Amino acid sequence: METTEIGINRTGIATSKGRAEAMLEAAQTFSVVAESDATPVAEVRARYAEESDPVGSVPPPPSIKGAVKAVAGELLGNQPFQLIDKLGERLAFERTGARLYEAILGKLRHEGEFAGGPTIEEIERIVLQEYSHFRLIDSIIRRIGGDPTVVTPSANLHATMSAGILAVAVDPRTTLVQSLEAALLAELTDNEGWETLLELLVEGKETVELEDVQQAVRDESDHLALVRSWLAAAQERETVPFDL
Amino acid sequence: MAINLLRDKGVPLEEQKFTWKELVQPTYSKLDDDAFTRVRVILMNGIEAEALRFGHACARMNADLQLALARVRRIEQHQQTMVNWLHPADQSPLETTIGFEQVAIEVTAAVAQKEPDPYLAQVYRFGLLEDFDHLYRYSALMDRVEGKDANAIIQSYSDIVPGRATIVEHRAPEDDLRTPYNKKSAELITKLHALTIMAGEHMTHDYYMTVGPTFADPLARQLYAEIASIEEQHVTQYESISDASETWLEKWLLHEATEVYNYHSCVESEGNPRVRAIWERFLEYELGQLRFVADLFEKIERRDAAEVLSSSLPAPIEYISHREFVQRTLEAEVQLRARGHEFVAPELESEASIAQRLQLNSEGSPSETVAAGYVWHPGTELARAAPGSVTFGGVTAYSAE
Repeated sequence: METTEIGINRTGIATSKGRAEAMLEAAQTFSVVAESDATPVAEVRARYAEESDPVGSVPPPPSIKGAVKAVAGELLGNQPFQLIDKLGERLAFERTGARLYEAILGKLRHEGEFAGGPTIEEIERIVLQEYSHFRLIDSIIRRIGGDPTVVTPSANLHATMSAGILAVAVDPRTTLVQSLEAALLAELTDNEGWETLLELLVEGKETVELEDVQQAVRDESDHLALVRSWLAAAQERETVPFDL
Repeated sequence: MAINLLRDKGVPLEEQKFTWKELVQPTYSKLDDDAFTRVRVILMNGIEAEALRFGHACARMNADLQLALARVRRIEQHQQTMVNWLHPADQSPLETTIGFEQVAIEVTAAVAQKEPDPYLAQVYRFGLLEDFDHLYRYSALMDRVEGKDANAIIQSYSDIVPGRATIVEHRAPEDDLRTPYNKKSAELITKLHALTIMAGEHMTHDYYMTVGPTFADPLARQLYAEIASIEEQHVTQYESISDASETWLEKWLLHEATEVYNYHSCVESEGNPRVRAIWERFLEYELGQLRFVADLFEKIERRDAAEVLSSSLPAPIEYISHREFVQRTLEAEVQLRARGHEFVAPELESEASIAQRLQLNSEGSPSETVAAGYVWHPGTELARAAPGSVTFGGVTAYSAE
């Protein structure tokens, strides 16, 4: 299928040869030719880094049970607050992920299916899985005495990083295929996030929900493979296995 | 289309209606539309913002006009929404900022060349060279912090080179006031120019104050703080050139005429058919608002609107590259400084301005830091780099050249 449109893109220097030549000549004539040095940019950042507070913190668990656990560190591994931070991160990511696939579902319904692309049923299944992953983490956080409504620093970090993913998917100008590109970025980081979480839970001996978490890891791996195959179909190419 | 400011009725106020769907139109394309479409959207948003700002100030000082002002303002707020919402979501605040500076350069250059009052033409050229430098500083920021070429926004219509260095633009308040036009002797176009540029600069200030804190990079936050401060100086300069003895109603009438003039200029130059249809619609709306205010003016002040307005509209703003004019101005006037209401050689600057500047720059200059040795090149300075010529964090970059 055609995934790129041909048109009058005006952002390049070749849009107007005459204007471009005049502009280049001006840059040579009116600029002070000196050694270009972007080093001061880094110096300003370093100076502010010394004075700045962190983005935020992980709150102590609200329940006494949780506080005891956190202080003892017996059941949550060597870095109990790191686990809370990362649980908060995946919870927020899955919640937004459900909204991401809802947006993709809207585009799919509007544009219709394409050969080798996702079916409505497949996207609906992913939406439900993202939602169930969100609920799974919510239950883990509650069980260990945490507050699932907290925006942890890592949740905030990932929301900042992935802000563009949702912006692509909800833009009425973007296509289904372009939104799947956004989903690919989300799935790549989500796969890494779930594997990290699984390892932290094992490390912390938090094994009550281990099977569910392992299933979530497999679900996310499937999502990634599906999105890769849909994009390959849209671009009329064969997917190449990672381990080739 | 010939406009008659004294006779045209336009669309009556009661027929100026919107729906939410109409207010939120499909956007222009950052990639495909001409840079001047973005320039017009930015300026007209500023013109409508000024209409609201003036309308509110006027209402707070004139109880008898409050209802009439509220009626017109409600429409203008919706007009501003429809215009400002034409910006696409994939245009970042920094990219829009580059567009704001292109407005300040190309529209001010157009105005400076058409302004019949030689002193005011000088005022515009003075401000122009300062905004011209801002484009260079923001372009360096975009290149060095985000790795993007500002010319994707500018489309080679404007030069990206230093103007009057931002570091020397900081002045004491007494050196930012100018001598106003005389309301009795000034031509209509002089009054329209003054309101147009003041509106654009005020919007620029407010935009930088809004988006400045959205940047993560501390140097970007500093640069917006520094340039927003200059924009406050520019608003001070441009509001001082209008005659303060004009009555509130006379000023309102001139605001409406300025809106007619600017929408007409947009209609005459717009290439995007969907955006052009909005300019055409709002030109008719503004003529209706002008008629409404002219009637109020004649009824309340018992003066003929023809005392303030001429029947014909002055020639429209030229939305074209003013490269040669800007370069000539740069060569001839970059060294000028302001002292009181006049423009002087650098050695005649006031001690107050020098002291103000020394204080502000005493812990470093963001505009100098961001653009150290910066020379614009197609595809960013990384594409320009000859071996050993570009340093980043102590690492020297080599190019494929």
